[in-house]
Amino acid sequence: MTRLSLGKWLLPLYAALALIFLMVPIVYTFIFSFNDSLKSNITWRGFTLDKWLNVCAVQNGAVCEAFGNSLIIGLAATLIATTLGTMIAIALVRYRFRFRAGTSLLLFLPMATPEVVLGAGLAAQFLSLGVPKDMFTIILAHTMFCISFVVVTVKARVAGLDPALEEAGRDLYGSPGQVFARITFPLLLPGILAAALLSFALSFDDFIITNFNSGAVTTFPKYIYISASRGIPAEANVIASAVFILALVIVVTAQVAAAARAKRRGRLG
Amino acid sequence: MAFAAFASTAAAPTDAPPRRRSRVALLLLLPGILYLVLFFLAPLVSLILTSLQAPSEFGDIGMYSYAFRWENYVEVIAQYWPHILRSFGYALIATVLALLFSYPLAYFIGVTARRWPLLQSLMLVLVIAPFFISFLLRTLAWKQLLSDESFLVTSLKAVSLLAPDAHLTGTAFSVIFGLTYNFIPFMTLPLYTTLERLDLRYLEAGNDLYASRFHTFRTVTIPLSMPGIVAGTLLTFIPAAGDYINASRDFLGGADTQMIGNVIEANFLVLLNYPAAASLSIILMTVILVVVGVYVKRSGTEELL
Repeated sequence: MTRLSLGKWLLPLYAALALIFLMVPIVYTFIFSFNDSLKSNITWRGFTLDKWLNVCAVQNGAVCEAFGNSLIIGLAATLIATTLGTMIAIALVRYRFRFRAGTSLLLFLPMATPEVVLGAGLAAQFLSLGVPKDMFTIILAHTMFCISFVVVTVKARVAGLDPALEEAGRDLYGSPGQVFARITFPLLLPGILAAALLSFALSFDDFIITNFNSGAVTTFPKYIYISASRGIPAEANVIASAVFILALVIVVTAQVAAAARAKRRGRLG
Repeated sequence: MAFAAFASTAAAPTDAPPRRRSRVALLLLLPGILYLVLFFLAPLVSLILTSLQAPSEFGDIGMYSYAFRWENYVEVIAQYWPHILRSFGYALIATVLALLFSYPLAYFIGVTARRWPLLQSLMLVLVIAPFFISFLLRTLAWKQLLSDESFLVTSLKAVSLLAPDAHLTGTAFSVIFGLTYNFIPFMTLPLYTTLERLDLRYLEAGNDLYASRFHTFRTVTIPLSMPGIVAGTLLTFIPAAGDYINASRDFLGGADTQMIGNVIEANFLVLLNYPAAASLSIILMTVILVVVGVYVKRSGTEELL
């Protein structure tokens, strides 16, 4: 088996270097969150914890306001998209209906459309309907592009679900509502949570679609875009680094939990 | 991470689900489908209508009336054909580079590292780690790392690998570099998903039949990982062709690296020339759909859709 790999150490060495390369801008962003910078954060001027301790102090809290907007938008879009997407995923796997191919196409297209087209399209629609662009239009836009990703993620989980478990619930005189709440939903929960995290991540980091549909509202990515020409304060690096660490903790915890579950199942089986 | 999920659709069972109460199905589907019709399909229609609008009679900036002005398309192509070509050229090069970069990495994680599940999951976390830090900040980080005062550029100039008056940022090089870097995880994840399922006995069979390692790789490994290659290249090419952050002048781009996304943004949000922005969007979307259709058909992986 080892003979199949391209040289004994060449491939591992390459993989290690490739991963280090991927980490470079992350490490850069993290290091410069400790920079004792003035207005722009380009040259290293010395180590300080100041930016981490007073994140919101800069520019009357503009960074924090943008960050707060991103959180609100992310949570709202995640909630709506996860609900709608989970319903579609259940219907797609469990029921047979007409327009199945059309439904699948409608779900695939938003993922195959460049963001700039999605953004400009929605903005053109809001413009022709005279809808003013604000937080609400951003949430509508984010929900739209998250739905397809939720469907794809949850669908895999529904497909892996043994229908016999729900049948057993019905055989024991459980009402459809009870069967859903006590059997289907708990079994789907890991998939739904994964979809929700994915939606939140997509919404939180989206810039292109937001830029077309945000009007005067600033989200965290939009704040960085606007500030890019006159210099980005180190506080933005602090927020990005903190979000990075939090996301890493969530993903590692999920991985460890999954590994532990697999081990337990292995022991039982 | 979106894309691990996306790639896994290739493996989702497609057997016909049991026929059951279709009213429940309708209730489950309706809200989400209605949402997509209202906020995805309707906007596309309104984009098409906008792309055919004519300037208002009063000549006000940003005011247009509905018409069937097909000349809009001719005009934007005449004016912006370099940007259109550049977008697809940059996206194509970035996709090929990302594939070359990702394949050995995905092979190592998915095949070589199989015996060490912990190492495997650690490496996967590192592959998706760039997603956890803001797209714009990581692009700006590269801008600093490639800037004229950076360690990399000064050392390259010191050993004369770079002309003293040359720049890395603001060039086609830095834009393609940024596009490649930013979309590498989209390429690596689907590749990993198919390589991880690769049955090693096929490779052993090739070996037993006295095929050289390269021959086995070319005739067994590559065809078996085709679904991952197709998914990865599409997930890289589509967002790269429409991207305008990397090519933006405040990020890695310069005056003559502007892509179609930059032109759409400028026309829509700055010049308020909505018909031009809309016709460019329709052109971008049409080209991408045609490319995707032909590519998926030719590589024989229709089940991906």
